[in-house]
Parts: sequence; structure tokens; C-alpha cells
Amino acid sequence: MAIWDFANPTRFVRLVDRTLPWLVTACVIAFGIGLYKSFFMAPEDYQQGDTVRIMFIHVPAAWLAMMCYSVMALSSLGTLVWKHPLADVSAKAAAPLGAAFTFISLITGSLWGKPMWGTYWVWDARLTSVLVLFIMYLGLMALWRTMEDPIKAGKAAAVLTLVGALNLPIIKFSVDWWNTLHQPASVIRMDGPTIHPDILVPLLVMALAFTLLFFTLHLMAMRNEVMRRRVRAMRLKAAAGPRAASATAAPQPAE
Amino acid sequence: MTMNPFDLGPHAGFIIASYVTTFGIVAGLILWVLIDRAKQKSDLADLEAQGIKRSAATSQDPASEETSG
Amino acid sequence: MTGWMGSLFRRELRLAVRVGGSGLVGVLFFLAVVTVIPFGVGPDLNLLARIGPAVLWIGALLATLLGLDRLFQADRDDGALDLILMSGRPTELVVLVKCAAHWVATGLPLVIAAPVLAIFLNLEPVAIGAVTITLLVGTPALTLIGAIGASLTVTLRRGGLLLAVLVIPLAIPVLIFGVSAADAAVNDPVPFLTPFSILCALTLISAVVGPFASAAALRFSSD
Repeated sequence: MAIWDFANPTRFVRLVDRTLPWLVTACVIAFGIGLYKSFFMAPEDYQQGDTVRIMFIHVPAAWLAMMCYSVMALSSLGTLVWKHPLADVSAKAAAPLGAAFTFISLITGSLWGKPMWGTYWVWDARLTSVLVLFIMYLGLMALWRTMEDPIKAGKAAAVLTLVGALNLPIIKFSVDWWNTLHQPASVIRMDGPTIHPDILVPLLVMALAFTLLFFTLHLMAMRNEVMRRRVRAMRLKAAAGPRAASATAAPQPAE
Repeated sequence: MTMNPFDLGPHAGFIIASYVTTFGIVAGLILWVLIDRAKQKSDLADLEAQGIKRSAATSQDPASEETSG
Repeated sequence: MTGWMGSLFRRELRLAVRVGGSGLVGVLFFLAVVTVIPFGVGPDLNLLARIGPAVLWIGALLATLLGLDRLFQADRDDGALDLILMSGRPTELVVLVKCAAHWVATGLPLVIAAPVLAIFLNLEPVAIGAVTITLLVGTPALTLIGAIGASLTVTLRRGGLLLAVLVIPLAIPVLIFGVSAADAAVNDPVPFLTPFSILCALTLISAVVGPFASAAALRFSSD
């Protein structure tokens, strides 16, 4: 079962139709267990009290924010190197999801920070890197939106995604460096060296639930994108229809 | 150890706000995906009603003309 | 320098200097930004001296971003870009030469203007020297990173704003180490050379990544 088996969009859509019910079920079950565990089972943290419950959505969201960028970077490689026809569909569908999860992790991070640090926002290395990541997601989405031709937009976005992937470690490193320069060692560490199993288990279950949610939404958004391109191709064909001989001069319909 | 989930301590507002915001954003994503799907489906149906066939690139697979699900 | 690179460099430079004089407008913008800062934060000279390097760096970053959309746009509008791409020369080198010329026309004037503007911000002589050196090393990196954004947005009608949004996250490390090095020369929390050598490394990295990514984007946008 190679990845090229899904190169045919029709076959891909059929596969999504078949897997989606299972994914949705697994996702709902994982969220049920995760939410139950995080509210009923997990004890209060001796230091952070009940606010530790924010961690159960904050950490998985932050994990997804990074994983989503990896998915996009891999898809971009797929676009540029292997020229897989679904790679840019995958990258385009992932961008809004990544932005949303990054936004969730920023919001929950600052809601967690208020009781912990006494302020909604600190220019902490981690928060700052995530904010930069958020701007990059939005920039990529803007690039996708402004380009008419999905193939060209896909290639441009792929170049930018890969440059961003090269740049993210550099940003992380420089923000860390900048942070130690300006705030000498007064930052509260959010993750202790050891996490109690009662907290770790719900955290892992929630991370699994969020990951399943991401893949569910990603597949659905990819299916939408495949359909959108089909509609676009059909409209172009319809517009060129009356004088099919001169099909190269097809006018672009408004989307 | 079970505990009372409705007593969230002094910072209950922040916890509830986090969960509500997350729920709102996730619900927004799900709605966006579903509405987008409905729109693409109706667009496809419109175009097919006008008698426009799928482009030649994908029509080698005639069994899949209708989308299932 | 091989013949075609030299002539391309001279062509770019001549266009940049003669048509519109974008380098001088950039310096003017730089001056305007620096003039606006005291109105925002107040005329306290100690405060201005403290944030001076940062102000100069941010001003230079904004001025560079402002001029970047001209890097490929004019050549695309009159078709010269397609001719250059079809000429059979390595696109990466073409981009590098164009960036070099663009930097000489727009980045170098900023570096030259920086010591003068630093006086407005009450910087000490050491700090003035440090800011100028870091700008001299760092602004090429800004141009090279910006070339990526410029080539991605070259097909767009109004790409300038999007270009800035795309480039700023990529330029953050350069800004951090540029300002840190300039600060380190005066306040010395760390030795000057530590951030400065990282800044040099960033410029060298962007001299590799910038032309390659930019050339790839240009090739994709033309076919």
C-alpha cells in the first residue's frame, strides 16, 4: 500500500469516506475518556491547584501546533520533490487547522499565565516562539488566499513552508537566547522534571484525542479541497465550453 | 481518587474560560469544514445539473462519478 | 566576477539609482521612523539612548521591507525577468547578484545614514560604531531573506503588504542578534563578539538559503 495509491483524488475521496466514521468514533471516545479523567481523576497539583486542568488542553494544542507544521513541511516536500498531486491539498488543508490550534495554545497559555504569573502575557521564550509560529501560519494562509491558481499557490506556499521549517529552529534558538539575556532565570518552569502519573495519563489521553481530532478535520478539509478543485476545473471547462477549440484562452471565473 | 469536578478552586473562571474558548474554536473548525463541504456539494450538483461533465483528467474512473457518503 | 554577473550588477545598480531613486526614499523613510519615535516615547535622552540601537534596527528593517517589492516586480512588469530566467544562467546566482545590487542601492545608504540618525538618539560613540557595524553585517541578511518574500509575491498585484508579513517572522533572528550585539558593545551583559558572530553566521546562512528558495519560487511562478 504505497502513498502513490492515493494519488488519484477520486480514490482518495473514497478512502476518506470509508475511514472517517472510524476516526470520528475514536476521536469522540478519546475525548470522553480524556475529559472524564482530567476532571474527575486528576488530582490538584500541589503548586498550581486546579489550574493544572488547563494543561490538559494547553499542552496537546501546543503539540498539535508543532505537529501540524511538520505535516505541512512534509507535504511541501511532497509538492516540490515528489510532485504528489495531493501534497499541496494536504498542506493547504492543514494551515487553518494549525493556526487554530496555535491560537488555542496561546489563549489557554495566557489564561494559565494569569493565575500563575499574575499577568496574561509574558515575553517568555516559549510563548514568543509560538506567537511567531502563529504569524507564520497566518502568512501562509494569506499567501494561499491571494493566489488564484491552486497549483502555483501550492508551490509558492511549499517554498515558504520549507524556508519556515528551516527557520523555526533558528527562531527558537534566538528567542531562547534573547530571553535569557533579558530575564535572568526568573521564569517559572511549567513542566517539572517529573509529572505525576495521575496527571500524565489524562494528558496523554487528551493528546491522543487532539491528534485524532486533527487528522479527522484534516482529512475532511482535504476532501473539501479536492471537491473545490473539481468544481473549479468544471467551471473553467464550462466557461471554455462554447468555443472549446480556443480553450487555452479560458477566462477565469470569479471564485 | 474521585473528586468533585464542580469545585475548581479560586481560579475556576480561568479554567472554564480556557475550556469554553477551546470548545468554541474547535466547534468553529468543525462547522467550517461541514459548511464548506455542503457548499462544494451543492456547487458540484449545480454544475452537473447544467450538464457539465468532469474534466478528462479524472474521468478514467467512471465508477466514481457519484460521490458516496 | 564573470562578465555577465558584472553587467547584470551594473544594470541593476543603474536602474535602482536612476529610476525613482529608491535608495534615497528608503533613507528618508528611515529618518521619518527615527523622528517619530521620540514623539511616541517622549524626549527623555536616557531612555532614547537605551532603546536607540533597537530603534535604528527596527527602522532599518522597515525601510528594507518597504523597498523589497521592487526587487523583482519591475523586471517582471517589463518582461526582463522572463528573459533573465530563460538566459540559461543559474537562477540562484542571478538572484544573488540582484540582491547584491539591491543592497548597494538601498541597504548601504541606510548603513551610512545610521551614524547620523544615532546622534538624534543620544547614542555614545561606541554604540554608534557598534550599531553601524551590526547594520553593515545584518542588512544584507534582511535583503536576502526578503528576496524570498519578494519572489513569492512577484505575481501579485499588491504584494507589498503580504511580503512584509511573510518576511518579518523570518527576519526576527537577525533583529535579535543585531540589537543584542549593538547593546552588548555598551552594556556588556555578554561579550560583543558572541552575538556578533552569530549575526555573521545568520547572514551567511541567508546568503545560501535566500537565493535557492527565491530562485525556486521564481521558477515556479513563471511556468
